[in-house]
Amino acid sequence: MIKEGDMVSIIEKKEGISNVKVVTANEAVALAVKCSRVDVVGAYPITPQTSIMEYLAKYVETENLPIEIVRVESEHSAMAVAMGAAAVGARAFTATSSQGLLYMAEMVYWVGGSRLPVVLAIASRAMGAPWIIGNEHTDVLLPREWGWMVLFPEDNQEVFDTIIQAYKLADSTLIPVVVGLDGFLLSHTTMPISIPEQSLIDSFIPKNTPKPYALDTANPFTHGNAVHSNVYLEFRYDIFRTIQEAEDLVDEIDREWEKITGRSYGGVIQEYLLDDADVAIIVMGASSGDAKQAAKNVREKYGIRAGVIRLRSIRPFPFKRLTKLANNLKAIGVVDRNISPGVAGMIATEVKFALYDLEKRPIVQSYIGGLGGKDIKVSDFENIFVELSQMVEGKVTPERAKWIGLDLSLVEQYFEEV
Amino acid sequence: MKVLIPKSKPSKGAVGKTGLWRTSKPVVHHDKCIKCVICWAFCPETTIIRFSDNSVDIDYEYCKGCGVCANECPVKAIEMVDD
Repeated sequence: MIKEGDMVSIIEKKEGISNVKVVTANEAVALAVKCSRVDVVGAYPITPQTSIMEYLAKYVETENLPIEIVRVESEHSAMAVAMGAAAVGARAFTATSSQGLLYMAEMVYWVGGSRLPVVLAIASRAMGAPWIIGNEHTDVLLPREWGWMVLFPEDNQEVFDTIIQAYKLADSTLIPVVVGLDGFLLSHTTMPISIPEQSLIDSFIPKNTPKPYALDTANPFTHGNAVHSNVYLEFRYDIFRTIQEAEDLVDEIDREWEKITGRSYGGVIQEYLLDDADVAIIVMGASSGDAKQAAKNVREKYGIRAGVIRLRSIRPFPFKRLTKLANNLKAIGVVDRNISPGVAGMIATEVKFALYDLEKRPIVQSYIGGLGGKDIKVSDFENIFVELSQMVEGKVTPERAKWIGLDLSLVEQYFEEV
Repeated sequence: MKVLIPKSKPSKGAVGKTGLWRTSKPVVHHDKCIKCVICWAFCPETTIIRFSDNSVDIDYEYCKGCGVCANECPVKAIEMVDD
């Protein structure tokens, strides 16, 4: 039997990378938090995020780390702890999922408005009712309206890297950052990750920078004090402006990270087989791997020139890069593992908004699937590529939203007409 | 990239003349006052004016009329009256 140590050395040799650990994405988050030299963590458990806090507690205990883990009575307080810590200039972190985020929501909004550089990891999970723990992205996307930036990595290595990049982004803009990671698909799935030298991380996100937002008793001021109606709009304007301007910064941070680690994820968007593509799928997170495989498959099987636009940054929304890519595409299918009830997938509505002003805009079709952890298979993505090329040929009519894997017989089974 | 932070510096009446919120107002009966300054310590809005001899008065421009001072006064020297 191969032991973990043997596996690591095999991976190191095969991949040519060093300092490998084989970890779940939750442990990758905890390792990144440790490597980011976070000072204060607000800790409250919820599936599938819980083990992030458990790993952090283990590191603090066994390695005697100077991280203050504050065990609180609710997610609301977990974010309050992070906010208080950030407000005095400490590096702060917390994590949650689903219902936990909903309970935390008031403080999440408060941190966004106060412009404090907190990083929040959300291991994605659908929300009740009905009660469920399966994966879905709706929770991760909610803070995009709450004055936060939202990044969404694809695998465990990128989860680790993105947490560190999130501190860079938050410190540079004074906009807090959510890092979403697919619940269970990543949070509880083990993969090898490579950990850079601590000194490289320290120089990437230095802690000894001036913190003009930090509360100081010698020069008293407050965050988030009452204002009148004449100026609240301006507070929102500056958040809008900063997030809008940060689009290039996400790309820059990605390039800077590549310089020190050799790893790049394309910044706001990771492009796959798009150079000659006619049709593309926009997708985020762990499913992107299946979408990429499907693009490869339909190219070989049917000669469809298919590609994948993997959205890494939802806020800032990649207007510049997306419009540039869309210019060369005939149809885009946006696969949303989330839902805006009665409208479409949340990303699809934003993609349509972003592309409306193009002179020659592609067909944009919203696909909703994978809600509550339902599987989206490689064959589903293949079918979407085929359908998109049929739309281009005028053989299939686009609809407001199409559903992946919808089984109406289950509606009969679980609902009763009244 | 230009980075701005919202800052609110402490100043008197930063959000306007909160005395306008009042429906009843505290009145100090100086003949009963024992100059203990408990009202001054308890006022949540720091609208009790404390003089050098520890006698007190109310800053009606900012007093919201919450009645905490009248409630805390051990000798009932502060009375809440309709405003």
